[in-house]
Amino acid sequence: MRNVWIICRKELRSYFVSPIAYLLLAMFAIVFGFFFWNGVNAFVFVGMESQMRGEAFPMNINEFLIRPLVSNVSVIGLFLIPMMTMRLFAEEKRSGTIELLATSPIRDSEIILGKWMAAVILYAGMLLVTAINFLWLFRYGNPDWKPLAIGYLGLLLQAGALLAIGTFISTLTRNQIIAGAATFGACLLLWVLVWVSEYEFSPWARVLSYVSVLTHFETFSKGLLYTKDVIFYITVTFLGLFLTARSLESLRWRS
Amino acid sequence: MITVSQLTKRYARNTAVDHISFEVSKGQIVGFLGPNGAGKTTTMRMLTCFMPPTSGTATVAGFDVLEKPLEVRRHIGYLPEAPPLYPEMRTTEYLTFVGKIKGLRGPELAKRVEYVLERCAIRDVSNKVLGKLSKGYRQRVGLAQAIIHNPDVLILDEPTAGLDPKQINETRDLIKGLAGDHTIILSTHILPEVEQTCQQVIIINKGKLVATDSVDNLQNRARGVGSVLLEVAGRAGTLDAATVQRRLEQVTGVSRVVLKRARDDRSTFEVESQRDHAVRGDLARAVVESGWDLNEMRSAAISLEEVFLQLTSSEAADEQASQGAPAELEAVAGKAQE
Repeated sequence: MRNVWIICRKELRSYFVSPIAYLLLAMFAIVFGFFFWNGVNAFVFVGMESQMRGEAFPMNINEFLIRPLVSNVSVIGLFLIPMMTMRLFAEEKRSGTIELLATSPIRDSEIILGKWMAAVILYAGMLLVTAINFLWLFRYGNPDWKPLAIGYLGLLLQAGALLAIGTFISTLTRNQIIAGAATFGACLLLWVLVWVSEYEFSPWARVLSYVSVLTHFETFSKGLLYTKDVIFYITVTFLGLFLTARSLESLRWRS
Repeated sequence: MITVSQLTKRYARNTAVDHISFEVSKGQIVGFLGPNGAGKTTTMRMLTCFMPPTSGTATVAGFDVLEKPLEVRRHIGYLPEAPPLYPEMRTTEYLTFVGKIKGLRGPELAKRVEYVLERCAIRDVSNKVLGKLSKGYRQRVGLAQAIIHNPDVLILDEPTAGLDPKQINETRDLIKGLAGDHTIILSTHILPEVEQTCQQVIIINKGKLVATDSVDNLQNRARGVGSVLLEVAGRAGTLDAATVQRRLEQVTGVSRVVLKRARDDRSTFEVESQRDHAVRGDLARAVVESGWDLNEMRSAAISLEEVFLQLTSSEAADEQASQGAPAELEAVAGKAQE
């Protein structure tokens, strides 16, 4: 466990020494800030309108603002996750430092966990940026915090799964760009697979839409916590990390 | 310290390392010699548990590479061909990180980092970013990284490749200085390096072991007997080479005289003698007393390079003759003597 932490700290440091982390945080803060500002304005506008028409104020800030916002964050994550994982192993392979790690008295599993954890922590740090916006929301509004918390738990679980897949893809190449592009493709595909369920109801379509990460995120964004969705994300995470371990092992046999 | 038996690495299409066996005892510096693509790096990677062998086994510091890879790695320091540096890290930071993943903690870690900074003479770059270091410094930081956990065995893959002559000398001295505390295997295709730094040589070619012996023995083996080159000149402007040859053959201890080159007034001979006979004085006297001039006398020392070429090329010839049957070490060595 100690070795995991050593690797994790090293990865975090290299995120923050190279401008990757700052770039990601800044990009996310700007895009999320826009979504938030846009959402709040829309909320206020619709609220004023219904007031002018003399209607009651039926809107719920959780329903109207927080739910789409959480969904949007998970979409932004889709774009940023490849940038977080692409260098994890590809860079080590390219520069030859993988030989240092692989000949040190630490297990492959410790290397993988450490790297994956660093990516998860970076993602969590990114989510923390949104706290600034929500602080204002809680200061002036009256939202329910529980659905928000569950939404964020969902974001973290989903990111854990996608980051694990990205980590795996990063072991397959020594080129960061290829790793990033392939991860983006994989994430996007996992995202849109659910679309087949709109016109197709055969078993394979049900399987595809089950595999889609979007299916399982919907409940979280509504503030609902279902074990089957939690288990889905955890399973995908394990699968991704397991594949990473196998890939590293095959690297040892082949290289 | 290191025992390798029947170590083999096969890839889909070729065999990189083919049933190699050798032993290295504690405290030795062993040169691992072979042309590019001979299987040196592959062998080293198997010893460092970077990759598992296809068959055969090796033990390092008493631990099997297949059964106890973590223990082996704890006792091994490895410098790959390209020093495994993280370009964005600073020297001290990097060494601290490596120390940690090698299992060092707390005050011991700090002590070891200080030690290797001193030992590898990299203190003046201790706060520099690794990506900006010169090749020589990178190599030294790589060495520092390999010895930071005070391993019993050091495995260095072409430690002097790409350095300038001054840096090569510095690196060699550094490696020699480390020999007392560590058992060292270093791979190279530069022969003088082996002659200068190593006590023992392992020569491989095309994945097969060609020879393993001490540097002195190998040189002697190829040379067979000590031989001396003589250039003799006649005073009157003419010289009868056959007469000189006959005269030289009479000197005690001389086993064979070969006329290398004859001109009108001078001739060159190669004189072979039995190993324990010092014949040079007698030869000189014989020449001068017979009324000839002795222009030049030098030993025809054979460099490791020639040994290496003889060994590897005779193996190839042997292989052709026997349609790829593995060449026996003794047969090869015997050929080298011819």
